[in-house]
Amino acid sequence: MFRVISNEEIAPQLNRMVIEVPRVARARKPGQFVMVRCSAGRERIPLTIADDDPKAGTITLIIQAVGTSTKEIVAVPAGGYLTDVAGPLGLPTEIERLGRIACVGGGAGTAVLFPLAKALAQAGNEVTTIIGGRSEQYVILLKELGAFSKQVFVTTEDGSSGEKGFVTLPLQRLLADPNQRPAAVYAVGPVPMMKAVSNLTRTFGVHTIVSLNPIMVDGTGMCGGCRVTVAGKIKFACVDGPEFDGHQVDFDELSARQTTYLELDDHGCRLDPQLAAMQKD
Amino acid sequence: MTALTPKERLAIDRVKMPEQDAKQRACNFTEVNLGLTQERAMEEAQRCIACKNKPCVDGCPVAVRIPEFITAVAAGNFEEAARILRVDNALPATTGRVCPQEVQCEGVCVRGKKGHPVAIGWLERFVADWAAEHMPKEHPPTTTTGFRVAVVGSGPGGLTTAGELARLGHKVHIFEALHDTGGVLRYGIPEFRLPKAVVDREVENLRTLGVVIECNVIVGRTLTVDELAVAFDAVFIANGAGLPMFLDVPGENFKGVYSANEYLTRVNLMGAGQDLKGGTPIARGETVVVFGGGNVAMDGVRTAKRLGAAHAICAYRRTRAEMPARSEEIAHAEEEGIEFHYLLAPLEILADAKGWVRAVRVQKMQLGEPDASGRRRPMPIAGSEFEMPCQIVVVALGTTANPLLTNATPALKLNKWQNIVVDAKQATAMAGVFAGGDIVRGGATVILAMGDGKVAAFGIDEYLKNKIPKHQA
Ligand SMILES: Cc1cc2nc3c(=O)[nH]c(=O)nc-3n(C[C@H](O)[C@H](O)[C@H](O)COP(=O)(O)OP(=O)(O)OC[C@H]3O[C@@H](n4cnc5c(N)ncnc54)[C@H](O)[C@@H]3O)c2cc1C
Ligand SMILES: Cc1cc2nc3c(=O)[nH]c(=O)nc-3n(C[C@H](O)[C@H](O)[C@H](O)COP(=O)(O)OP(=O)(O)OC[C@H]3O[C@@H](n4cnc5c(N)ncnc54)[C@H](O)[C@@H]3O)c2cc1C
Ligand code: SF4
Ligand code: SF4
Ligand code: FES
Repeated sequence: MFRVISNEEIAPQLNRMVIEVPRVARARKPGQFVMVRCSAGRERIPLTIADDDPKAGTITLIIQAVGTSTKEIVAVPAGGYLTDVAGPLGLPTEIERLGRIACVGGGAGTAVLFPLAKALAQAGNEVTTIIGGRSEQYVILLKELGAFSKQVFVTTEDGSSGEKGFVTLPLQRLLADPNQRPAAVYAVGPVPMMKAVSNLTRTFGVHTIVSLNPIMVDGTGMCGGCRVTVAGKIKFACVDGPEFDGHQVDFDELSARQTTYLELDDHGCRLDPQLAAMQKD
Repeated sequence: MTALTPKERLAIDRVKMPEQDAKQRACNFTEVNLGLTQERAMEEAQRCIACKNKPCVDGCPVAVRIPEFITAVAAGNFEEAARILRVDNALPATTGRVCPQEVQCEGVCVRGKKGHPVAIGWLERFVADWAAEHMPKEHPPTTTTGFRVAVVGSGPGGLTTAGELARLGHKVHIFEALHDTGGVLRYGIPEFRLPKAVVDREVENLRTLGVVIECNVIVGRTLTVDELAVAFDAVFIANGAGLPMFLDVPGENFKGVYSANEYLTRVNLMGAGQDLKGGTPIARGETVVVFGGGNVAMDGVRTAKRLGAAHAICAYRRTRAEMPARSEEIAHAEEEGIEFHYLLAPLEILADAKGWVRAVRVQKMQLGEPDASGRRRPMPIAGSEFEMPCQIVVVALGTTANPLLTNATPALKLNKWQNIVVDAKQATAMAGVFAGGDIVRGGATVILAMGDGKVAAFGIDEYLKNKIPKHQA
């Protein structure tokens, strides 16, 4: 049982939770995640460790309540408990001093980006941050990222904050300007966004790292459910990743695999009319 | 009771294991074998002719004193039988159910030369279940040594070592990566073969012995082996095999393709398929094809049937004779209506427009010359390719060593398969650190993992003999 120290809603359906997990707080490095099971009988889901406080023995999670498990987790109040928190898992980000770096976050992916951007800045890199969201209220961690970024660009799909459009707009300008072109780009967000960023940076030949979010079961390499195709080879995102070279990732396959359980009914049968009819007779 | 003459013993037929009706059990997850009654067990025990040279004992990887315990069963002295069994085997309720007896103890039983071997496994299970019901729980030893030992992994290897060390008076702390105990006994082998109540019982027994079990600790990540080696007087590593292998054919990442590990973990560990709202989901289909021929494949295909597949198909590259699965499981699967397609190898998995599996393209094989394993090598028959429509594919090809712990522990010596190298006492290249089970042997068996666990426990005890406990209680 792991105690929830605090839990606040920082944007619509986006919560910041501080959890007491002393060993994970001590061992974690940027880029790593934990597997969380809210209560007995529930799913195990992966969540990135956004921050830590080893002295207090706590980690911070930033959770977007998208489905059953995440909704149940964010419903646990301060003083309550999460049944299982295991980690830190995944390979830590390779934090190098590269000079100019662009960190691109989309939606809740910004939460996953945050610890990377912070570590990259601490390592002496000049970090430009680009964050995007559907509308103003989905642009998260602006102040926190601003604290160590040289500059921050904001984009929203409806133009309610920053530039109207996608994160690729300011990124394109950076890439096109030889005086601003980053040595590397880190991108975390929905799969279509990471794909768009990777396609863009490929044309400029700028190394790009993305953090993949396939469905996971154990998070320790035991099930292979998190497999992704990178440079034509099967990789397990939980032990070989979650960060990979964006120019080598098969994003379409990842998108398809992520929808697996959305296309099933309560019994696990496919929501395919033809098949459903077949099963009746 | 007057002792039977050898002739009278030879006249008794092998007992039949009462089973759940095949039609009924193919729709539920409760255990297939119902267990022997006392009378049937005693009668079966009388079939043993107590051979002088005891070939059965040589056939058992941990040399269970088979004729001795069986003689006690024949006399109706089950308590005595349980005590004898316990000396060599820490988890008899488990091994009695899952050991491949036909290639071990029963495979060399003299009675098997003419007719059927003594049902050693079923008797072992009978005695263990009887003991769990009738004998008092073990107590922790009254004297403690003050030594503390860390055990990594709560599979059969870890559980066995922990039990033996606790009985020797050492304080044991098990660290388990998952949220529940038992390793493959919990997440791999299904309830219908090994009820989880049996695993719970073994774990409870360890707790009574004073063993502390902590879940959600991934050694190599949450804590390192080096940290454990500093904090504890000795360490035993039994983190199992791990990484599932895939077919390496196109289409393997389409929706509806599972590794057996994932398929079984979702059902056994996470309770998928029980229609728990908000619980772990699993995809079902009319036709499920499982590739492989071992225990894992049998467990996968029989689970698919129980999840409602109209056609649960096991596709294997060789023939029934070469299948490595326990013969009892193959027979049970056949009774349950599992469809076996032999001499068939996958070429490609095909999907519909939405990326869901719709068929596998397979090729017929024929057996050629024996390969390195002594089994005849399957050879493709040109022009024999065809498509098998299906909605779910489960890949049960085995596992390779999980590098998570070993990568974080450079001082351990590994072989070319990334398994940990140990000596005859299960000691690794790191002082005070021992290892056993699948992480040392590659995918092996429950009894071999337990055997390693026991050897390691004595190795650790000996290692600690001339040391002083690091932490005075
Ligand atoms: C390494 C890793 C780190 C992650 N870190 C975070 C984090 O810090 N904060 C956070 O909010 N989320 C994070 N996620 C995503 C999070 O695990 C999923 O949102 C969660 O599993 C969804 O579970 P659910 O039951 O709430 O939703 P479900 O009911 O299962 O699904 C609801 C919606 O979420 C999508 N979804 C399902 N699984 C995933 C997934 N694994 N990744 C992305 N979308 C998914 C579905 O397509 C669907 O639209 C991370 C995922 C990975 C693999
Ligand atoms: C589906 C299936 C069916 C099988 N059927 C049979 C059978 O019928 N008969 C038979 O004899 N054998 C069978 N086997 C093989 C047998 O189960 C294994 O050989 C045996 O379980 C190995 O025991 P172990 O203790 O080495 O490892 P495991 O049982 O694999 O246990 C290892 C434990 O360590 C934990 N762990 C892993 N990494 C870490 C870490 N870094 N830190 C902490 N904990 C960790 C794991 O979560 C797990 O609980 C089967 C295997 C499978 C998968
Ligand atoms: S442990 Fe296994 S091999 Fe040994 S006697 Fe028991 S069933 Fe037979
Ligand atoms: S070989 Fe068979 S008959 Fe002989 S002692 Fe062993 S179990 Fe009994
Ligand atoms: S989540 Fe199971 S192997 Fe990655």
